[in-house]
Amino acid sequence: MSTPPKIALRGVTKAFGAKKVLQGIDLDVAPGESVVVIGGSGTGKSVLLKCILGLMRPDSGSIKIDGKETVGLGTREREDVMRKFGMLFQGGALFDSLKVWQNVAFGPIQSDGMAPAKAKEIAIAKLGNVGLGPEIGELFPSELSGGMQKRVALARAIAREPEIIFFDEPTTGLDPIMADVINDLIVKCVKDLGATAVSITHDMASARKIGHRIAMLYDGHLIWQGPVSEIDHCGNAHVEQFIHGKAEGPIKMQVRKL
Amino acid sequence: MNVPIVTLLGRMTLAFLASAGAVTTFAFEAIRQALRPPYYRRQILGQMLEIGYYSLPVVGLTAIFTGMVLALQSYTGFARFSAESAIPNVVVVSLTRELGPVLAGLMVAGRVGAAMAAEIGTMRVTEQIDALTTLSTDPFKYLVAPRLIAGIVTLPILVLVADIIGVLGGWLVGVYKLDFNDAAYLRNTVDFLQFQDVFSGLVKAAVFGFLITLMGCYHGYTSKGGAQGVGMATTNAVVSASILILTFNYFITEAFFAR
Repeated sequence: MSTPPKIALRGVTKAFGAKKVLQGIDLDVAPGESVVVIGGSGTGKSVLLKCILGLMRPDSGSIKIDGKETVGLGTREREDVMRKFGMLFQGGALFDSLKVWQNVAFGPIQSDGMAPAKAKEIAIAKLGNVGLGPEIGELFPSELSGGMQKRVALARAIAREPEIIFFDEPTTGLDPIMADVINDLIVKCVKDLGATAVSITHDMASARKIGHRIAMLYDGHLIWQGPVSEIDHCGNAHVEQFIHGKAEGPIKMQVRKL
Repeated sequence: MNVPIVTLLGRMTLAFLASAGAVTTFAFEAIRQALRPPYYRRQILGQMLEIGYYSLPVVGLTAIFTGMVLALQSYTGFARFSAESAIPNVVVVSLTRELGPVLAGLMVAGRVGAAMAAEIGTMRVTEQIDALTTLSTDPFKYLVAPRLIAGIVTLPILVLVADIIGVLGGWLVGVYKLDFNDAAYLRNTVDFLQFQDVFSGLVKAAVFGFLITLMGCYHGYTSKGGAQGVGMATTNAVVSASILILTFNYFITEAFFAR
């Protein structure tokens, strides 16, 4: 690889008790690249994302951001690394005690010490980026539909203009039209910011749209990775079963959640 | 199931020690974060309002009826020994030393501790706490520390108010029901009151404020598994805070008054 990777994972493992969720993950993400990790429910996609984000600590292995090791960082240094990150949570995870604009402006105000008036301007601009008018900013998250909440969450994720954005099941729970709207917004936002993106999803339409490269997580390993264009003739039985959504095949259903 | 009793006992002891350790670690981390800047002043003020101001009605009602019943009960007892003049003193000492802090603590544990556990627990299961971290905001600093600080500062003030309202309750019953002389009742109240009585009550209040908010935050923060988990966190927060209040109450009393 010519440019050094933005994110580099080497031999990342994580187990909960006897259950080995990640069994040695190697993954490189180049600057400006969008990688989508696909896999069934309960295969450890979220765990992988949380390890990279630092919300969970892997049992072993190395996670480097911009060439700097992030496993085992202290709280302060971790906060500095977090400055490079934006994260869109599956359920939005908007702060329900705060108004929409305060949610979007939370990072700039609380962490970067920006004046509220200025942060509000930025928040309204970011809401505009995801197609929401300034009047939405005065509402509370509970007053919004699921799709609108996702948009606000996206606006919050991009508010600090992060270098790396993570998307956790961005289209889950949305109707196909709204899902496509969100996919378009994600592609647009990532492109505008020139950000690196890592997404996890089991929605193949979404994966094809927002990803440059797809990696499939199965049984604790990344069993296949390659450009989106190659996924339809990758020759891997597990991947083919997954992308065509067949009940018959080598993949066994996960019973217990992680 | 046929588990030997020793096994059961061992399991329970281990579980108890594990959770005691977890709570202690949690408390140290919270205190560490509470002492280090930045301080979220708006959060602290908001919590003080929530814990103090909005608890006034319930604590005030508890205090006034406690003061009233104290005067009435001590009268029925003391009249047998013609020691009615000791009633104002009994009322004020019982209130400031024991009943003010303990009853206010228990009421606040039910009101505020439960609400805290539910709020933070919901934030946990809806990933809002993870979201805080990704926005470079330490959840301990932003959520836990302001609540602890507000609890420690506000409870003594609340208890002071409860003490005064409780004495008022005793005075009402004394003057209007038991035919005490108005001024004599108040003089007897103040004359025998020692600084130590009030001070020990306020120290208790500060400790209880810490315990209530710590339990609310700890159980909320560690809750998992959706609505049921949050419900359990709420119950645990109230029960553990109440037990801790009664336990610590004994030891603080011993530290102050045992000779």
